[in-house]
Amino acid sequence: MAQITLIEAVTQALAYEMAHDDSVVVLGEDVGVNGGVFRATQGLQEKFGELRVLDTPLDETTIAGLTVGLAVQGMKPVAEAQFEGFIYPMMEQIACHAARLRHRTRGRMTVPAVWRAPWGGGIRAPEHHSEANEHLFTNIPGLRVVLPSSPARAYGLLLAAIRDPDPVMFFEPKRIYRQYKEEVPDDGEALPLDVCFVLRDGTDVTLVTWGAQVKEALEAADALAEEGISAEVIDVATLTPLDFDTIAESVTKTGRCVIVHEAPRTAGFGAEIAARLMEECFYDLLAPVQRVTGYDTHIPLFRLEMKYLPSVERIVDAAKRTLAVS
Amino acid sequence: MSIAAKFEIEYLQYLDKDGKEVRKDLPAFAKDLDQMVELYKLMVSTRVFDAKSVALQRTGKLGTYASCLGHEAAHVGIGSAMKREDSLAVSYREYGAQLYRGVQPREVYMYWGGDERGNDFAKAPKHDFAWCVPIGTQCLHAAGSALAFKIRNEKRVAVCTIGDGGSSKGDFYGAINVAGAQKLPLVAVIVNNQWAISVPRKIQSGAETLAQKAIAAGLPTIQVDGNDIIAVRKAMEDALDRARNGEGASVIEAVTYRLGDHTTADDARRYRGEDEVKEAWTKDPVPRLRKWLEAKGAWDETKEKAWLAECDDWMDKEVDAYLQTKTQPVEAMFDYLYAELPADLVAQRQQAIDLDRKSHG
Repeated sequence: MAQITLIEAVTQALAYEMAHDDSVVVLGEDVGVNGGVFRATQGLQEKFGELRVLDTPLDETTIAGLTVGLAVQGMKPVAEAQFEGFIYPMMEQIACHAARLRHRTRGRMTVPAVWRAPWGGGIRAPEHHSEANEHLFTNIPGLRVVLPSSPARAYGLLLAAIRDPDPVMFFEPKRIYRQYKEEVPDDGEALPLDVCFVLRDGTDVTLVTWGAQVKEALEAADALAEEGISAEVIDVATLTPLDFDTIAESVTKTGRCVIVHEAPRTAGFGAEIAARLMEECFYDLLAPVQRVTGYDTHIPLFRLEMKYLPSVERIVDAAKRTLAVS
Repeated sequence: MSIAAKFEIEYLQYLDKDGKEVRKDLPAFAKDLDQMVELYKLMVSTRVFDAKSVALQRTGKLGTYASCLGHEAAHVGIGSAMKREDSLAVSYREYGAQLYRGVQPREVYMYWGGDERGNDFAKAPKHDFAWCVPIGTQCLHAAGSALAFKIRNEKRVAVCTIGDGGSSKGDFYGAINVAGAQKLPLVAVIVNNQWAISVPRKIQSGAETLAQKAIAAGLPTIQVDGNDIIAVRKAMEDALDRARNGEGASVIEAVTYRLGDHTTADDARRYRGEDEVKEAWTKDPVPRLRKWLEAKGAWDETKEKAWLAECDDWMDKEVDAYLQTKTQPVEAMFDYLYAELPADLVAQRQQAIDLDRKSHG
C-alpha cells in the first residue's frame, strides 16, 4: 500500500466519494484543469468531468452561494476556498444560509455541503495566505468545524464531512500538507465527527491542540518526557460540536492543561475550552489553565511568521508553569 | 474606431395604465380569458391578503411585515408562468408568486409573526426557497439550483426575484455571471419598485435600465411594464422556455412601484413626495387588468363583489388558523440545528426546558 501525504489523502477521499456517490461535486477556483493550487483536486476533472469538478468564476461569494443552492437541491457539494484568507466573502452565505436553513425551515431545507480551505501559516506565503480563523466559525450554530492533522485523519474526516447531512467547514493545515507520509487505506472508512483524538497518553499534563500545532505539541511532549514529565496530547480535530468529555476526562486525570493554537489568543477557541474547564473541572485542576497561541496581532509577513506561531519551547515552558504549582 | 459590442434593451407592454391594448399580438395565454380571470382573481386575493397582514401588524398580532402593495401583476406574472418542478428563490415580499405556488397565508403570517414554521411550506414545492432577508443572496441559491438541474440533466428552471436595490449587490452579478458562463437554466427577475427603503432608483445605479446589467453577463434581457401582467408573464414564458431548452439564463426587469412603505416599521412620507405616489396609483396593476377583462365581458361588479367576499372568508380562515397556532416548545430552538442533536448541546437544551418549566410554575 502506498504511503501518502495529508494533501494526497484529501484527494484520495474526494476521489473515493465522487466515485461512490454521483451527487458529490467539487467547485472552486482552479480546481479543474489545474487540480487546485495545492493539487488537492489533481486528476478529478479528468475522471469526473467538467460539471462535477467545476472551475467557477473568480468570486468567493459565487462559490459559496452556488454551494448552498446545489446542496438544497440534493447535491453534496465540496467547495474550495483557495486560501483561508479569502474565505471572508463566503461568510455571509455560510452564516446566514448554510448554517441556518435547516433551523429556519424546520428541517425542510438542508445544506449537506463541505467548505474546504487551506488553513494557517508557516509556508512563507504572500499576505492574506496564512490566516487561522477557525474561531470565527466555531461561534456559528448549525455548523461543524473540522481540522485534521494527519493523512489518515484527513481522509477519514473528509469522508465523514461529505457524508454528514449538515454543513461542515474543513480546514486543512497547509504547513503539514506534505510534512510526512503514512499508509492510508482507500477503504472508504469515515472517522467520527464528534470525537477528539488522544494521540499520546500521559499523566502529568494535558496538551490540547489542533491543526498544524499537533506537530509542535507532540515534539513538546517528547521534550518534556526527557525531563521526566508525562504529557497527554489531544488533537481536537472536530472543534464544533465539541467533544468536551474527552478533554475533561484527561484533565481530570492530569490536573493540568495547556491549550495550544495558532489563531490569536483573545476569543480564540482555546478561550472556550479554558472556560469549560473552569465550569466543569475546577476542583480537579491543580494549576491554572495555560494558553499558548498566536499573539493578538495579525500574522506577520513571512520573515517573522515563525516567531508568531506557537513553538515547542513556548509549549514546554507553559507545561512547566502548570507543574510549578502544586 | 470600430465597435466591439452593441446592445439595445427592448421594452414590453401590452396594456397601458387604463387597460387598453397597446399592441395587437397578444400572447396565447392572454387569449384564454378564463385563465386571465384566474390571474386577476389571484392579484385581488393577494391584495386582500396584504391588507389583512398590515391590519394584523397594526393590531399587534404580527411583527414587522413587508407589504407587496402594487407588485401584484409582477409577482403573479412570475409565479404563474413557472412549473411546479421549477424552483423559486424570493426575497421577502413576493407573495403573489408564492400564493400561486401553494404557500398559505397562514405561513406568511407565521413567518412575520415570529415562528420558523412559516418557512416549512406544507403545500408549496419543498424545493422552493424560504424568505431571504440578506439582500441578493438568494440569486446565488437559484444559480446553484440551476447548476444542480443542469448536472442531473433535468428540464427544470431556477427562478430568483430581486429588487432594484438588490441588483446593486455582487451576489446578483455573481449569479447572472456564472449562469452566463455555464449556460445555467436560470431566470433572474429584477422587480424594480423604485425604492430600496429610502434610496431611490436613480442613486442605486447610473445604468439607464437595470435590465442592461445582464449584458455584462452575456444574457438575453428585457424590460417590461411590471404592472402589466401580460407583459410580465410573456417575458417569463419566453425566458423559461429558453432555459428549459438548454439555451441558458435570462434577466427580466419588471418596472413597478412600491405603493406602500418598505415595511410596517417604515414611514415612506419621510423621504418621498405625495405627488409621486399619487401618480403611481394611476398605474395600479389591479384596476388595469379589471378594466381590460370588463371590456372583454369576462368580469363585472357582481363577480368582483363575490370574489372579494370569498377572499375575505379565505383570509378569515387563515388568520384563525394562524392565531390558533400554539407557540413552539422552547426546545424547538435546538431541534432543527443539526440532523441529530450533538451530545454537547443536550445539557443546554435541558437547561432551556427546565428554566421554561420553572417560569411557568
